[in-house]
Amino acid sequence: MSSVTAGHVPPTTHDHDHDHAHHGPEKGWRRWVFATNHKDIGTMYLVFSFAMLLEGGLLALLLRTELFAPGLQFFRPELFNQFTTMHGLIMIFGSIMPAFVGFANWMIPLQIGASDMAFARMNNFSFWLLPIGAILFTMSFFVPGGANAAGWTMYAPLSLQMGPGMDFTIFAVHILGASSIMGAINIIVTVLNMRAPGMTLFKMPLFCWTWLITAYLLLAIMPVLAAAVTMLLTDRHFGTAFFNAAAGGDPVLYQHIFWFFGHPEVYVMILPAFGIISSVVPAFSRKPLFGYASMVYATAAIAILSFLVWAHHMFATGMGTTSQLYFMYATMLISIPTGVKVFNWVATMWRGSLTFETPMLFAIGFIFVFTIGGFTGLIVAVAPIDIQVHDTYYIIAHFHYVMVAGSLFGMYSGAYYWLPKWTGVMYDEKLGKWHFWSSMISFNITFFPMHFLGLAGMPRRYADYAAQFTDFNMVATIGAFWFGLSQLIFLWLVIKASRKVGTPAAAQSWEGATGLEWSVPSPAPFHTFVDPPVVK
Amino acid sequence: MMKVKGVLGLCALFFSGAAFAQMVDMPGGPRVNQLNLTRGVTQISREISDLHWLLLVICALIFIGVFGVMFYSILMHRKSKGAVAAKFHEHVGVEIAWTVIPFLIIISMAIPATRAVVAMKDTTSADVTVLVTGYQWKWGYEYLDGPAQGVKFLANLSTPRDQIEGAAPKSDTYLMETDRHLVVPVDKKVRVVLTANDVIHSWMVPDFGVKQDAMPGVLRDTWFRAEKAGIYRGQCAELCGKDHAFMPIVVEVMEQADYEQWATEQQQAMQAAADDPTKTYELAELMERGQKVYAATCIACHQANGQGMPPTFPPLDGDEAFVLAPMKNQIDIVLNGRPGTAMAPFRDLLNDVEIAAVITYTRHAWGNKGRGADPIVQPSDVTAQR
Repeated sequence: MSSVTAGHVPPTTHDHDHDHAHHGPEKGWRRWVFATNHKDIGTMYLVFSFAMLLEGGLLALLLRTELFAPGLQFFRPELFNQFTTMHGLIMIFGSIMPAFVGFANWMIPLQIGASDMAFARMNNFSFWLLPIGAILFTMSFFVPGGANAAGWTMYAPLSLQMGPGMDFTIFAVHILGASSIMGAINIIVTVLNMRAPGMTLFKMPLFCWTWLITAYLLLAIMPVLAAAVTMLLTDRHFGTAFFNAAAGGDPVLYQHIFWFFGHPEVYVMILPAFGIISSVVPAFSRKPLFGYASMVYATAAIAILSFLVWAHHMFATGMGTTSQLYFMYATMLISIPTGVKVFNWVATMWRGSLTFETPMLFAIGFIFVFTIGGFTGLIVAVAPIDIQVHDTYYIIAHFHYVMVAGSLFGMYSGAYYWLPKWTGVMYDEKLGKWHFWSSMISFNITFFPMHFLGLAGMPRRYADYAAQFTDFNMVATIGAFWFGLSQLIFLWLVIKASRKVGTPAAAQSWEGATGLEWSVPSPAPFHTFVDPPVVK
Repeated sequence: MMKVKGVLGLCALFFSGAAFAQMVDMPGGPRVNQLNLTRGVTQISREISDLHWLLLVICALIFIGVFGVMFYSILMHRKSKGAVAAKFHEHVGVEIAWTVIPFLIIISMAIPATRAVVAMKDTTSADVTVLVTGYQWKWGYEYLDGPAQGVKFLANLSTPRDQIEGAAPKSDTYLMETDRHLVVPVDKKVRVVLTANDVIHSWMVPDFGVKQDAMPGVLRDTWFRAEKAGIYRGQCAELCGKDHAFMPIVVEVMEQADYEQWATEQQQAMQAAADDPTKTYELAELMERGQKVYAATCIACHQANGQGMPPTFPPLDGDEAFVLAPMKNQIDIVLNGRPGTAMAPFRDLLNDVEIAAVITYTRHAWGNKGRGADPIVQPSDVTAQR
């Protein structure tokens, strides 16, 4: 890839007479409600997901408040369980997944030289489903019995005991799943059919590749999740007994179905971040990405393996020796393609000409902390160790290193990288650096001690804990508030940039950036590549 | 650092009322600020600890290697230092190397891990078998063989409520203490068979290297051989509802002779407490027992004063239809419940002595005073209607 340039951007011609081709955005609310423009929809996705990040983050701070000291101080355990559950659901389905779709909406057409996404109206629909899901999630706190408190995994039979809040969750998951499926279809069709002439698949920026593979993952797994929660729904209300052993069902079946969705889902939330990092690291190393082809193959390998390892979430259910060994070996294998990616990024930086603007800081931060999460992933892949740390804070530490330091830092890296293209001004670099360092330090203060808590045996989803665990919990809570408040720096920075406060950005906003998106002006005009560029 | 600790300590005092500075390691539980896995009292838990060290060291070495290279780049290949970017972007040899070498490293991890998995899964040739049942929110234990065969009991959290609410200082075993302990002999292979009554729970004891889900309608087993007598603690490790954090596990490992003596005492106590449904009981015996059964089973709906909460929960005081009528219908409704109402069948939950006692109690309590037909119901009457 990477040395792709627009050989010839034909001047936009105004001589066709169909009236809808080149007008600007609608005025007022109609621009957003009836949006079909990929950039507007991308913006809405990103704003929505940041709002959900704040909501999910607020829930996290509430539960960290209760966990500051042993004993029950602020919240009853039943409410605490709602916080942990809804924190997970909102962050995953409300924040991380929509945010990546927002990046895809904005950047994939710009990166492949397409004029828009393939299905503009479906794009609108898949966005506007999200607020409905978010409202259902949020409203469920106020129904009798409160929100779903069975964990984001919603294991039967506990989820069968829940009140109507559980039905809100099920319905929201259906709606958000439909939105994801439509988003995935749109991305696949756009990438496969709408690339500019000369933009072969193996010339695409890696972000398009990782999203193409992610979209296939989504298509495969979201129906599985829909099936799982539908079975919960019929078990709850319509007399079926899929998960009730007393009536011939099997509670373990739920976990198999859920994790068949759940494990690839982990990669849905990280592969697009790999794509972003693979754009940012070369740009600020002023050197082409090392091992482009092996990056593509590694991504595909991770995606395929992700379907073959689901039961490593279930070692403690007590499966047979051979299946436990199989799932252990298969899981350990994932570290190989993941390792390849990390090695490639480091090799890209090697003998580059490095500068450290905020996107690069977040990219390096991503590689650093994501690798820690990867190592703990390898450690918990080993079944005997997993038996000790399963369902303890070690797991919490592990997946927050992957999801926060991985997905979220990856997205911040991408946001800072493309913000000049989106807003037309260079963001406040000083604030960006503050945001990075503050987030990086407070993230580690929050989550690193959780490794110790988990190794010492503190179970997760506990509203109260043995007093011996107090110190690390206090440190984690202090870190969590610091981390949460740090994100407001980003909010302020984006507000400033969107109000065009800052130096105007050039089309080529970064010296070392490559790709078609840098051939259009900053901010990117409402319509771009109406006539496809020719890629050399 | 001391200052930070001091501030944290003050906060802890403020919030929990606990004597923070005096916190000591929990006997058989977590140490204060424990950093690594518990190196417990079974071969398995030590193997897991060794495996974890092995992986930790390998990961740390790779981490230092990879990030050594990266930070060298960050320091030396800066544009501000005049670094000019090289042009290379692939190298087949290197790429094959960093695919194959990790594969070999993984195999070196997988071999000891496989041995541990096989050992952990071998639940054969057990000396003692215990059935563990998870309830919301307590554990039930039943001995299936050995000198304690037939002994069964429930183990509840014994931490007082005021410690949880912050009204009293927290003990060293806060939240990890129970009223009754699972007692097992030292150096014997104990097979633990698990199931659950309601939702999924998980039975975890870090000192044994044991964690196994207990699932309703499903039987799973695990095992441990504790090499040292003492008390070992764990907690429920699968989200099971509101009191998930309040159903700990305490296992007491005893010398064989002590274990046998404990088993004998338990057997004798059980025999003493056993009910004989063929015996004819005195009214006072039935009333005393019946009051207990009523308080445990009936009181939530029919209320302490027997007035119930009409219309859903009818009163028993002065009830002419059942309580003051001949005993047949009342025995029937207690045994079989009444479909379509909140009255559940109690035939599997109460034995004949308990049912006879509680019916007799209702016939004498409050204003009923034994004035109806059949004031005394004997267990044999209940047996006859089963």
